[in-house]
Amino acid sequence: MVISAATGTQAAHALSRFGFGAGPGDLDQIKSDPQGWALDQLTPRALPTELANHSGSAPRIFDMLVARKAKGEAEERAKKQARERYRTDIVLRTRLAASSVVPFQERLVQFWSNHFTVSTQRPVIAPLGLAYETEAIRPHILGTFRDMARAAILHPAMLIYLDNAQSIGPDSKTGQKRDRGLNENLGREALELHLLGVDGGYHQDDVRAMALILTGWTLDEERGTASFNPRRHQPGEKVLLGQRIPESGISEAAAAIDLLCAYPTTATHVARKLARHFIADDPPPAAVATLAKSFRDSHGDLAEVTRALVRMDATWAQPLAKMRSPNDFITATLRATALDVPDDRLVNAMRLLGQMPFAAPSPAGWPDRAADWTGPDAILRRIDWSLAFGQRVGATLDVRRFIDTSLGDLADDGLRQAVARAPSPAEALGLVLSSPAFQRR
Amino acid sequence: MMLHRRHFIATASATGLLSATAPRLSLAAAGTDRRLVLIVLRGAMDGLGAVIPYADPDYRPARGALALAEPGQEGGVLDLDGRFGLHPVLAPLHEWWGKKQLLAVHAIATPYRDRSHFDAQDLLDTGGIRAGDDSGWLNRALARLDGGGKGLGLSLGQGVPLVLRGSVPVASWAPSPLPEPTMDFMDRVAGLYRNDPVLGPALMAGLGVADMANGMDGNKKRDGGKDRLILAETAGRMLSDPAGPRIASLELSGWDTHVGQGAIQGRLANALGQLAETMMTLRVSMSDVWGQTLIAVVTEFGRTIRPNGTGGTDHGTAGVALLAGGALNGGRVLGEWPGLRDDKLYEGRDLAPTTDMRALLKAVLAGHLGVPAADIDRFVFPDAKSVPALPELVRA
Repeated sequence: MVISAATGTQAAHALSRFGFGAGPGDLDQIKSDPQGWALDQLTPRALPTELANHSGSAPRIFDMLVARKAKGEAEERAKKQARERYRTDIVLRTRLAASSVVPFQERLVQFWSNHFTVSTQRPVIAPLGLAYETEAIRPHILGTFRDMARAAILHPAMLIYLDNAQSIGPDSKTGQKRDRGLNENLGREALELHLLGVDGGYHQDDVRAMALILTGWTLDEERGTASFNPRRHQPGEKVLLGQRIPESGISEAAAAIDLLCAYPTTATHVARKLARHFIADDPPPAAVATLAKSFRDSHGDLAEVTRALVRMDATWAQPLAKMRSPNDFITATLRATALDVPDDRLVNAMRLLGQMPFAAPSPAGWPDRAADWTGPDAILRRIDWSLAFGQRVGATLDVRRFIDTSLGDLADDGLRQAVARAPSPAEALGLVLSSPAFQRR
Repeated sequence: MMLHRRHFIATASATGLLSATAPRLSLAAAGTDRRLVLIVLRGAMDGLGAVIPYADPDYRPARGALALAEPGQEGGVLDLDGRFGLHPVLAPLHEWWGKKQLLAVHAIATPYRDRSHFDAQDLLDTGGIRAGDDSGWLNRALARLDGGGKGLGLSLGQGVPLVLRGSVPVASWAPSPLPEPTMDFMDRVAGLYRNDPVLGPALMAGLGVADMANGMDGNKKRDGGKDRLILAETAGRMLSDPAGPRIASLELSGWDTHVGQGAIQGRLANALGQLAETMMTLRVSMSDVWGQTLIAVVTEFGRTIRPNGTGGTDHGTAGVALLAGGALNGGRVLGEWPGLRDDKLYEGRDLAPTTDMRALLKAVLAGHLGVPAADIDRFVFPDAKSVPALPELVRA
């Protein structure tokens, strides 16, 4: 789309739609070319230092495997360490997103990380979530979907989360000796959630074939990495979606994932999820079709697909149609206020508002429609929290200036009047954060 | 001065500031004096691990390490009717069985056959045959009650699950340690939300129910795993209030036992223990209205008959639903038993479905809540006109 005369509204729109809203100075900085601001972020950047210095998943998986055998005090110590690592990680992730100079990239990281969810619903995942995201998702947000799918599905955290680490080919060497065997979990969710989508044209036989193909992918307990153990791999040819996958051990999984990524329904599935996230709960079918075509034409080049998203008129339709998730709301509050919120308060906010990072309720990830986040109690809690936040920090801000820097032209006269009439700075800030404009993206 | 949120609703409505209807109902408007609690087990409960067909000759060979001992033996199942028994962690519910306050329907399934949690839950919630509908069967049923169901529905948890979403406003409640803003502040927020189609109605519904919960519950502190019991207890108290909601839904998770399902102990036993604890909490907090109460426990599908390769079970087809409560004509296991022989299994791996989930749900709505049968066929389960409701589920 060509924006002839960029306006303040478009700048505020872009910052909310492609980022976590406006921080101080953002609106002024991008108002001459909001679309250019979004597009310029679609080139790879260096890994943020905090993530480059992170231990990564391997030592933590190693610790987890040791902890499994621990008893008594050692077990308690290991659990405490895992909890602390999780807390440190989720605080780091939220602060990185809130302060990023390329917030669109952070939104993409979080979107894809949710698409290929691992969750603390399996408690051992807690200290691995951020490392998984950094290793399997972040390097590929502007690369190919295929590389991301391979990295995510075969990442040790995913192998643990969806049980593949324990799955054994029934006719493999190990399977013949031990009374253990196949687990369909990852095979099914890879087809249903990660790749083809639930109506993507696969059947129970394909679920089983995918599960058999993935047998052997387990943990290297010495290194804490993923590894392929041929003794656990189901021998023989597999047939997936009518295509023969010849016996090739370690290579079968990549071959199968490539086949599935190129399958036409995968493009549609991914396009629909992207459009639902960045455009509207029920995105226009034409927008989904455009994204799916871009996905197919570019063989899943995600930079290309994302550029197509930014260039579509539908993405710029006003007013903003999406409700912020609790995670986006908290991150936007941090960015807008640029205040130093203590770690404990930040974690409490995430817990109270019902969205701890890497804790999605199921392998389908966090839901992505307004109705999923706007239950009466959830909305009440956002308001309660907004006021509590205002009571702590409202006095340190000039709230009338804050409206201009955080919402700009998205703030209507009603909100400006309500703020002007608010009896205290605390309540004024509480009102801005609660307002329909601040709750949307 | 701290004013209660309930007071706020009355004031705000009187001044005409708020167009949405407050969820708190007037006595005359309540469409029923019956209470219904719907417990949805998300993740697919293994029916064969909960209500065990111990007398089926194929049970032990098919289940292997997941099989439980016969009644009377150590760790044995608790006999129901000579054919089926309850998992021992459900012992509190076994006492209800003796009072005819528990009933199981075995080999039950929605019309869905494809083993995706997410689509299956969607259909369990919408009561339809295609995924993607946007209203739940329980909300559509609420709309058919006298007075249109306003103020009768309550979701326990921060959000409202699909089964309770729809045109009738429904409240939701979860414990929160945040301080409650003043009425004056909420009035200002309501002004901002006045024209917002999503936030406005949600705020109104939330305000009414928050006040009810506070009024009864004092200052319950949030306590990790105990949230579940606080939810159940609060649900029970609110449902006991003559002017409170009549229908509540809550959800339990932990049922997707692909690994380490166990038999007498393990992930399934843990989840079943939590279910029993939740139902017992409801029983205690609803003692005043127990005679008018039905608890329905449903899940999206059953699990494979045979264990998988990792000591668990994978996604299957038919499973079990439970009914409990003082209004129940229980003490029975319903449903034609299809058997566990290889040639009797659905696609060679799952319990074959013999009862349509909607036969049970229709019976609950018609027999218990008094929703007219014609309304059920027309508005609530339009795809299930040919499915007869299970007869005589509720005490006359």
